[in-house]
Amino acid sequence: MTRTVSTASPPAPVAKRDRPSGRRSRHRGPGRGTWRQQPLRRLTPWLFLLAPLALLVTFTYVPVGNMLYYSFTDWDGVSPERNFIGADNYTEVFTRPEMFRVFTVSFYYLAASVVQIVIALYFATVLSFDLRFRNLFKGILFFPYLINGVAIGFVFLYFFQDGGTLDSVLSWFGADTDHAWLGSPESANTSLAGVSVWRFTGLNFVLFLGAIQSIPGELYEAAQLDGASRWKQFKHIIAPSIRPVLSLSVILAISGSLSVFEIPYIMTDGATGTSTFVIQTVKFAFQFNKTGLASACAVVLLAIILLITWIQRRLVPDEKVDLV
Amino acid sequence: MTLTAPAQGRSRRRPRVATTLTYLSLVVASLVVLLPLAVVFLTSLKSYGEIQDGQGALALPDDWSNFANYATAFNDGHLLTAFGNTAFILLFSITGTVVIGSMTAYAIDRFDFRFKKLIMALFLIATLVPGVTTQVATFQVVNSFGLFDTRWAPILLYMGTDIVSIYIFLQFIRGIPTSLDEAARLDGANAFTIYRKIIFPLLKPAIATVVIIKGITTYNDFYIPFLYMPSEELGTMSTALFRFKGPFGAHWENISAGAVMVIVPTLVVFLFLQRYIYNGFAQGATK
Repeated sequence: MTRTVSTASPPAPVAKRDRPSGRRSRHRGPGRGTWRQQPLRRLTPWLFLLAPLALLVTFTYVPVGNMLYYSFTDWDGVSPERNFIGADNYTEVFTRPEMFRVFTVSFYYLAASVVQIVIALYFATVLSFDLRFRNLFKGILFFPYLINGVAIGFVFLYFFQDGGTLDSVLSWFGADTDHAWLGSPESANTSLAGVSVWRFTGLNFVLFLGAIQSIPGELYEAAQLDGASRWKQFKHIIAPSIRPVLSLSVILAISGSLSVFEIPYIMTDGATGTSTFVIQTVKFAFQFNKTGLASACAVVLLAIILLITWIQRRLVPDEKVDLV
Repeated sequence: MTLTAPAQGRSRRRPRVATTLTYLSLVVASLVVLLPLAVVFLTSLKSYGEIQDGQGALALPDDWSNFANYATAFNDGHLLTAFGNTAFILLFSITGTVVIGSMTAYAIDRFDFRFKKLIMALFLIATLVPGVTTQVATFQVVNSFGLFDTRWAPILLYMGTDIVSIYIFLQFIRGIPTSLDEAARLDGANAFTIYRKIIFPLLKPAIATVVIIKGITTYNDFYIPFLYMPSEELGTMSTALFRFKGPFGAHWENISAGAVMVIVPTLVVFLFLQRYIYNGFAQGATK
């Protein structure tokens, strides 16, 4: 067995990755001297992978497996007793009226991500040209992404409060200030989605900016010599080169709007119709002790996200996103 | 880059209008970003009376050196404990992530072994599994280890589920020439020595990136400490601030002071490490 491995393997890895000849071939080539070290040599990578794999399996694959299993039971998360109940949990996920509402809430965040991507694209384009205070603007636009989510929650609770920041600003412009921003489901969800735009635009912006700045400058110069307007430069130079990052952002936006948790949980605790899928799942699991049902929710979400990722891979195959 | 060039011949006025509009949009965006934060800062310097007197949120504080709210928030909000806990978690989880990530990258990039493809796939697929969804079942795993409500629960989770750093290390390690390994091997160094003496030191830039983005995301994380450490004395910066909601009720001056204290460390780090942060987060998001 070792013999077939040792004769067959050296050329393959060298061919697959273009690296100047693998050290193995050089080591093995001369003959039997190194032969004896082989068992140890083969064990070495596994020694390095022992801890990482143990953690990966314990905290990613075991939970996913358990989750699948729990989703077919009526377990409450505590008692030793759990009964197999088939697909009942899944039926419940799709028939409970509150689950339907929760899915509609994600449309607010989906719309917000569209706004967010457009704004980020605009500012990334603008700031890729030479401007004064460019780094200052870049820093300001990006900073919200780094702020602690709980702090953002409080900042915006005060922002939307009666007589808070937003009302005060509006009163400057003479608008009435009697609106309870977090009072009705539509208004509350719109406000919260707005917070999400405020928070995450910076990341998209920096991703786009990085992609745009990796375009060689001569392209712009050539375009300018040919008299191309900025819009034409955007359309023919910038847009094609940021496509990979853009498609990545769309995926992040979709899976992000399905798994919104922090902002609505911190700000409204899911009240007034702002509950999201993840908030609902967390409540099933940790407040109502419905581990089985919560697992089914989680499996559904996981399946949707995997599906979206798969579709994206099919639509935009092999596009490497290489930044920095 | 050279925007003045095309403007020479034709329409000189149009670009100027466009430029003005561009700056205007940037200024408006900056105001939208900064105003909510600035107002919270103003509020943190006001007294309870000033907030109640109906002058509106944008009124300036009477006394710019009124730091009483900060003292209240710091003491009654147990922010010192929270800071200690966060520091403890950061120290262990970052060290763990760096060691584990670099070891994985070394093993995957520098060795050929059976099931390598499978192992890579395991790590790759794990990036697709959103952490929020699996917590229902992860909770049971953590609980069965008896780690619930200890600081080791978040430490292990941050260490064990960070695949992004593995990618950052993997990408960087490819750029380190294998001739270095070989030279060391000829001098009789074993694989572990090569990792420790050659690879690890050369990974410094990647380590810096991982430390910064891991540090910021861990500092900001709310979900995991909230779920796994309900005890008040185990609060982190996020969960301690979250607990302001109850006892401080409508005392916005104290809540604001707490929020400012949580934001300032991030601001300081950002100002000093800007370049690394942009690159790091761009890398982290795209891998």
